[in-house]
Amino acid sequence: MAKVEARKTLPESDLRDVLREMLLIRRFEEKVEERFRAGELPGFLHVAIGQEACAVGVCRALEDGDIIASTHRAHGHTLAKGTHPNELMAELYGKTEGCSHGYGGSMHLYDVQHGNMGANAVIGGGLPHITGAALAFRMRGEPRVAVAFFGDGATNIGTFHESLNLAQLWKVPAVFVLEDNHWAESTPESQHSPIRDLSERAKAFGMKALKADGQDVEAVYKTTRQALEHARSGKGPVFVHLDCVRLHGHYIGDPQVYRDKDEARKLAETRDPIAMLRDKLGIGGDEFDVMDAEVTEIVEASVEFAKSGTDPAPEDALKNVYA
Amino acid sequence: MPELSYREAVRDALSTAMRQDDEVFIMGEDIAEMGGSMGVTAGMLDEFGPERVRNTPISEMALAGAAIGAAMQGMRPVAEIMYEDFMTLAAEQVVNQAAKLRYMSGGQLTVPVVFRTQGGAGWSPGAQHAQQLEAWFVHIPGLKVVFASTPEDVRGLLWSSIYDDNPVVFFEHRTLYGIKGDVPEKIEPIPIGKARVHREGEDVTVVATGRLVHESLKAAEEAEKEGVSVEVVDPRTLQPLDEATLVSSVKKTNRAVVAHEAVTRMGFGAEVASVIQYQAFDWLDAPVERVGAKFAPLPFAPVMEQFVVPHADDVLAAVLRTVGK
Ligand SMILES: Cc1ncc(C[n+]2csc(CCOP(=O)(O)OP(=O)(O)O)c2C)c(N)n1
Ligand SMILES: [Mg+2]
Repeated sequence: MAKVEARKTLPESDLRDVLREMLLIRRFEEKVEERFRAGELPGFLHVAIGQEACAVGVCRALEDGDIIASTHRAHGHTLAKGTHPNELMAELYGKTEGCSHGYGGSMHLYDVQHGNMGANAVIGGGLPHITGAALAFRMRGEPRVAVAFFGDGATNIGTFHESLNLAQLWKVPAVFVLEDNHWAESTPESQHSPIRDLSERAKAFGMKALKADGQDVEAVYKTTRQALEHARSGKGPVFVHLDCVRLHGHYIGDPQVYRDKDEARKLAETRDPIAMLRDKLGIGGDEFDVMDAEVTEIVEASVEFAKSGTDPAPEDALKNVYA
Repeated sequence: MPELSYREAVRDALSTAMRQDDEVFIMGEDIAEMGGSMGVTAGMLDEFGPERVRNTPISEMALAGAAIGAAMQGMRPVAEIMYEDFMTLAAEQVVNQAAKLRYMSGGQLTVPVVFRTQGGAGWSPGAQHAQQLEAWFVHIPGLKVVFASTPEDVRGLLWSSIYDDNPVVFFEHRTLYGIKGDVPEKIEPIPIGKARVHREGEDVTVVATGRLVHESLKAAEEAEKEGVSVEVVDPRTLQPLDEATLVSSVKKTNRAVVAHEAVTRMGFGAEVASVIQYQAFDWLDAPVERVGAKFAPLPFAPVMEQFVVPHADDVLAAVLRTVGK
């Protein structure tokens, strides 16, 4: 546990790396939007532009062996949990080299080796898996924590309430991370929840609840470390409420007719997690440009990798139905 | 050969697996002190303790989902859904998650979970505690579906289900818990996907599941008195289905009746009838007859309930129709 104790905050050298990782996710998501609009990507895609600090701050705080369950907005979580951009992009192109070998797509990204138990296209679908996985860890005496990501909209669904109740009842080592971007598709929080502070919902189960600014990656990291320590030491699950910002539409191509045009613009100017960290670190134009060029190259390479990937044979659709 | 009740046979499979493997545990509503609403898990709390005989709150989605999550991490949980009707609440997790996780992950995940549940009419609980919904789950690629009708079968098939690496929906019939039957001294796994011929016959094949296996055996005795020889086959596992055994029986008898307690419309028998007509068309001397519940929710009043669900008489009538009697 010495390592755990020592890692309550991020040293500045790590913060540069954090900035780079957040920028990689941003450029990756922008590229996904571009390639989708160019008609190259099939399916239904949700990007996490504006929410990079949540993914990176949480996943950096995890230990090897900890696992996550993600959502429909999964690209950032997947990259932050260690999947190579090539494998993620290849999945979005439906190639066998993809992290789900072409069986999943954007809303079903899996990387079990890296502890990613999967995105989920059913809101709240992964939450009980995290309660159950944490139960398995506890029953076997393994010092691992299971972490669920979900949005504010998901706090209205039955699995959310049932899973948190069960996790607290059984005191399993789970962390429930709410990325509260205040929107569920076109529905603002005021129209989907009767209470303004969603962490009250966790408190109703007697669950420890922590809050952080989800745009401040250091705060996300610190809060997650605290939550993990609590869960890992056997004291029970923790709810982490991250106040965050969805800078783009719900899905790629969303005209956002329901949203005040100025809102997103103002948020982009004042609450962009990448700009916030860059300012904090005092990183100048030249240094940033170098970093940007590096990550852009990685993203470009992932598109090349994906495009030259292998299409599954149509009849491979009949594989993997049963073990 | 020892004799066990169907209830004891289920318990024996669970307990033996739990003695042998730490990964196996059971969870469900009221399964611990109370031993489950059907008494199946009675006494198991004393032997295995509350960690492995795990009472849950009334949370079908979370209990099904937590079992899935534990299975994804290498455990072999058996989740009890108190009544089959409540599988509708667990359906999101069973249908969208358990059935598809292996597939969506491109083969990375295995989900060795069993959902045990029970249903069946004959005791007037009304419309929400006795439905037969097995056909819903047969429709979902990625699930295996078992419906056992005897103590020997329920024990051997539950054993195989626990050790299967796929999610299995395991149906038990409420009115069968008390029936007794011989079982092998040691548990013998029964392969999932193998039908059982209960009674050999020459003139008509009855393919029956659950309680209707027993009703069909009664009907077969009656038919015998009228000079009609009936073969009774229980597929035992609905997915995968042992088509070969069903079809070869019909090729021998040239006539078929399908029988289950579930509503006839879109019931499992519709699928069996289709398999038979397609693979044994040239052998059939009569249309495939179907026996099932009439198209109504289960009523409360005993006379109405008895009217809705099928009995030996209904099977007998169908058998006789196939031979023009
Ligand atoms: C059970 C279910 N109902 C509806 C949907 C359609 N849907 C997809 S995303 C979404 C909004 C989710 O909002 P939130 O949980 O806040 O996540 P966010 O999109 O903001 O990241 C909805 C309604 C779904 N995928 N699953
Ligand atoms: Mg939201």
